[in-house]
Amino acid sequence: MSEQIIRSLEADQLKTDIPEFGPGDTVRVHVRVREGEKERIQVFQGVVLGRKHGRNSTRSTFRVRKISGGVGVERVFPLHSPMVARIEVVRHGRVRRAKLYYLRGRSGKAARIKERRRV
Amino acid sequence: MVQGLIGRKLGMTQLFDEAGRAVPVTVLEAGPCVVVQRKTRERDGYEAAQLGLVERKPPRRVTRPRAGHFAKAGVPPTRVLREVPLADGEDVKPGDTVTCAIFEPGTRVEVTGRSKGRGFQGVVKRHGFGGGRASHGSMFHRAPGSIGQSAFPSKVLRGMRGPGHMGDRRVTVKGLTVVQVDEERNLLLVRGAVPGARGSLVTIRKQAGAAAEAR
Repeated sequence: MSEQIIRSLEADQLKTDIPEFGPGDTVRVHVRVREGEKERIQVFQGVVLGRKHGRNSTRSTFRVRKISGGVGVERVFPLHSPMVARIEVVRHGRVRRAKLYYLRGRSGKAARIKERRRV
Repeated sequence: MVQGLIGRKLGMTQLFDEAGRAVPVTVLEAGPCVVVQRKTRERDGYEAAQLGLVERKPPRRVTRPRAGHFAKAGVPPTRVLREVPLADGEDVKPGDTVTCAIFEPGTRVEVTGRSKGRGFQGVVKRHGFGGGRASHGSMFHRAPGSIGQSAFPSKVLRGMRGPGHMGDRRVTVKGLTVVQVDEERNLLLVRGAVPGARGSLVTIRKQAGAAAEAR
């Protein structure tokens, strides 16, 4: 009962245009960035390390990792946040784990992910 | 109007505000309530309204004395009774109903509930003591340590924090803000956490004084 009520409260804040994506996929996340009065879109492209807190809740998040200037950078995005303007799937990866934390210890050739064909 | 309401904690979630920030909210099912008794300064020594929480299923058995208490107010019996203060200069009569419409987004409230029972807990979890080293042969892990001196004062001072039962007591959280009010479904969304488990009873009161003025 209370679960349904909470879902209904979240319902109108959920996005409907979120593509299918999961761990191992490479995504481009379009983030709204506020700089004083101006707002612009910044792109964060990287590999999805995993998703947390369910598929469709205002609490759902996903974690993206990229290498920026030789340094590994990870960001956690709330899936349904209005600050996340758009999510683009660049490439589907074939992985056998739900969380790809093992990528943190790897770089270059070792951190490659095979592409998944036919979805 | 009365300054508070009885409700039930349904659970927590988060919503995004206009600025895109995630706001943690507790969903409360608040009311509707009926005024069962009016406590007056002359008769009871203080001013308050006794509220009963109207539930979908009314209680099937009511003891005679309780039945009489409700009959006097002319309201159907309820399981839960709580007292709440009254706003200055305003009055209510037994039989009046109160809903979450007394709150509006932005209202500062305090919520009282019964915290989750944690059972008998040691001093580290219960009082946040640091404990000792886990390794390197310290032989001192989660014990409370010294609880006083020696021949003088020859006793443990009163109020010394020690292990014991934790939780399952009345806790009030002050300074919460109402985020959303749904009169149709009697829902109240409050920013932040509220004591107790999901489904537990809470009393929501408007914050009195300076804290209510701020913001």
